[in-house]
Amino acid sequence: MKLHRRDFLKASGGLIVSFSLRAQGPLQGSPPLNQLDSWIAIAADGSITAYSGKEELGQGISTAQQQLVAEELSVPFNRVKLIYCDTALTPDQAHTSGSQSHPANFNTDNLAQAGATAREALFRMASQKLGVPVDRLTASNGVISNGSQQVTYGELVQGKKFSLVLDPKAKRKSPSEWTVLGKPIPRPDLPDLVTGKFEFVHNVRLPDMLHGRVVRPPFLDATVSSVDESSVAGMPGLVKVVVKKNFVGVVAEKPWQAIQAAAKLKVTWNPGPPLPDQATFHDSLRKLPARDTLMVDSGDVEQKLSGAATVVKATYLHPYQMHGSMGSSCAVADVRDDKATIYSATQAVWYQKNTSAMILGLKPENVHVIFRRGSGCYGVNGADTVTYDAAILSQAVGRPVRVQLTRKDEMAFENYGPAYVIDQRAALDSSGNITTWDHESWSPGLGNRPGTNRPGNIITGSLLGFPPADFAPQSAGPAPARVNNNSNGVPSYLAAVTGVVQSGRVRTHAVESRFFTGPLRSPARLQNTFAHESFMDELAAKVKADPVEYRLRHLRDARLKEVLSAAAKTATWETRPSPKSGNRKTGIATGRGAASVLYEGNNGYTALVAEIEVNQDTGKIVVKRMVAASDVGPISNPDGLRNQVEGGALQGLSRCLGEEVTWDTAKVTSVDWRTYHSLPLGFEVPKIDAVLINRTEGEVMGAGETSITLVAAAIGNAIFDATGARIRQVPFTAERIKAALAARA
Amino acid sequence: MAIILKVNGRSYPLDLDPTTPLLYALSDDLQLNGPKFGCGLGQCGACTVIVKGQAVRSCVTTVKSVEGYDITTLEGLGTPERPHPIQQAFIDEQAAQCGFCLNGVIMTAKAFLDKNPKATEAEIQQAMSGVLCRCFTNVRMLRAIAQYGKATAR
Repeated sequence: MKLHRRDFLKASGGLIVSFSLRAQGPLQGSPPLNQLDSWIAIAADGSITAYSGKEELGQGISTAQQQLVAEELSVPFNRVKLIYCDTALTPDQAHTSGSQSHPANFNTDNLAQAGATAREALFRMASQKLGVPVDRLTASNGVISNGSQQVTYGELVQGKKFSLVLDPKAKRKSPSEWTVLGKPIPRPDLPDLVTGKFEFVHNVRLPDMLHGRVVRPPFLDATVSSVDESSVAGMPGLVKVVVKKNFVGVVAEKPWQAIQAAAKLKVTWNPGPPLPDQATFHDSLRKLPARDTLMVDSGDVEQKLSGAATVVKATYLHPYQMHGSMGSSCAVADVRDDKATIYSATQAVWYQKNTSAMILGLKPENVHVIFRRGSGCYGVNGADTVTYDAAILSQAVGRPVRVQLTRKDEMAFENYGPAYVIDQRAALDSSGNITTWDHESWSPGLGNRPGTNRPGNIITGSLLGFPPADFAPQSAGPAPARVNNNSNGVPSYLAAVTGVVQSGRVRTHAVESRFFTGPLRSPARLQNTFAHESFMDELAAKVKADPVEYRLRHLRDARLKEVLSAAAKTATWETRPSPKSGNRKTGIATGRGAASVLYEGNNGYTALVAEIEVNQDTGKIVVKRMVAASDVGPISNPDGLRNQVEGGALQGLSRCLGEEVTWDTAKVTSVDWRTYHSLPLGFEVPKIDAVLINRTEGEVMGAGETSITLVAAAIGNAIFDATGARIRQVPFTAERIKAALAARA
Repeated sequence: MAIILKVNGRSYPLDLDPTTPLLYALSDDLQLNGPKFGCGLGQCGACTVIVKGQAVRSCVTTVKSVEGYDITTLEGLGTPERPHPIQQAFIDEQAAQCGFCLNGVIMTAKAFLDKNPKATEAEIQQAMSGVLCRCFTNVRMLRAIAQYGKATAR
């Protein structure tokens, strides 16, 4: 098997390492990835079932996977049944995350190669059966024929296994031949979704099922002092109070009974240590013991900075943000004796199987995890933790238990997307070109995805007494010979990645967080790109260059340049420096901003232009238009891609305008939609133009995290263009914008 | 205590604590998948049902307070085979990602547009300002709502 990007991740910067690191191959018991039968089965009646370890979270990947198999096997879209993420049936493909599903299953491994291997096998079988050479045969609608004779897939396979190893030489169909893949096939789940027929994990109902409710600590890191079970004695429907170390929950016959019992249960807690002051939080990160990484170092950065005519410096701040799933997380578990069946919206069923076995004290082979869709997660939301909740409560009562978190419990104990402090310095020569770029970041982390063996990386595992992954401060080793820009810590403009600037350094400092952290859509890449693409704009402004032209001047990668140029062209970008001349300093001012990046250093070219209005009296921003260009290789489903680009752009807007986790001395205080500020469905939604470059000859890349990565920078740059005020702290609240306006020279 | 709920044209006598939020009666006792728990605080719209033509947040509405009224859930509009025009509009526009918010979006929009068929774009935005879609499928959803609005106004 060929080496994947994720095998190289160890060298990448800071916390990002474990976000997508896969230390070993598939877990024991998983259908082997190199066997055709792990991926595709053809029944005697010719019906085709495909198995995948990449699940539908709402991103449209199941539609694309169904298209892929239909295409390779030359059958109509709806002839393929797709089963994904069930530990009894499907291969272990680790997490569905990191924009990895497309690269993993649509290039030359896994599901795509299974499709090609199956097609060639079917042609060989047909050739034998009909006595006709393979090159005289064609396939259509599940039938192989030479014009006069024909045989169906069902007749060829006869419901048997293929018993073949995936053939790395089996030829995928060329995009020029595609009739199903590459087309805007509508999502097959929509009719059930819009009519309430679709079964989310929230709707799993098992016979004899009870309802659980957890009682989380009222303060961060509080521990149980005592639980007074008599406080709920005799409550209607109450089945059991469950206490295990700091895990507390109740089980009742009906949901409302469980809710009432949990509210009434008297638990005395020992408070945890006080939380750091949020007002000075970002600066405090610089002083904590850190695990340091040197991502890139040309060795001459200080020398170039000290000898430069012009040095520009800026510091960018990003808050903790949350996944904030629309529906609070839910799971259903049936744990009896030594066996467990678990319905979960986890992004990694096989890892959930392993870690659920750990918390339950069962053998992994006796735990069966079945994915059911949850509310959109955008990373590690509460899906894994509530799965442990349901499993523990079910084990305690020996009956199936459903648990859904409260809004507050979802939001107060998430694995947040981490905060960042980023210092940038650059030197410019007499023609305004960048001669060196120095980037240094600090970011807090705690826990992460549970992975194969760390249930303590999330709240329920931690309450049950499992420790999170160790944090050990460590000084940086030498920069690796080959740059890994998975975290986008390295600015695009360095020659070490996609640019022309020979000199540069990137240092990261991972420090310990009091809050759990984990991957949130575009983890680290969004924060780093906000800092890089804002700073690039500051440099362009310093030398009075047009921000797009200045970027192009410092880029080497042709595809990155093309995607930026395409966005600028569609936006009819006016070439001139920022800020826009002639804008008044009061009232409404208009402006535009651009940003671009190669996501993860190799997983999606993307550029964004935003056009905005700033009300300089109120600090309110209205975004009028966003042009998002993307080049992610051959497009599997243009409408699905467009949906991801549009959603990413607006989710990025919500994150950059309002979203920020807040806390007081003891607890998180952003615990509902009044205190955590998301944009609603109805607001003055910008016009969004998704410019899709269909690079049919290239490798398939990820598309789910491209546009979102650029929004904060593009909006910040547009604010500067409109007003001359630079905003360097996300979210761009009206107060911060007014402060930046007041600070204008 | 016996409470009689009239849901999607049928009457259901249920033995319920009268303070039970309607949402739990619908999703647990009647096993309906449409109305969903999003926040339990009336802030997101996921649990919306229509009562007397009004969009009602079932997570903060007791069963007692709607006893005897006609309650319509997402299931009461149409089926996958015969979707209601507003459901069809969402299919036509491919207006979903995870789909968890669809119940709140569709039921809120329907209640609003049925009463305000000539609503402007700005009025629709205002009507949908208390509803969340965290996948941010806003562009497509607002387009689907406008499509239904146009059809209703004709």
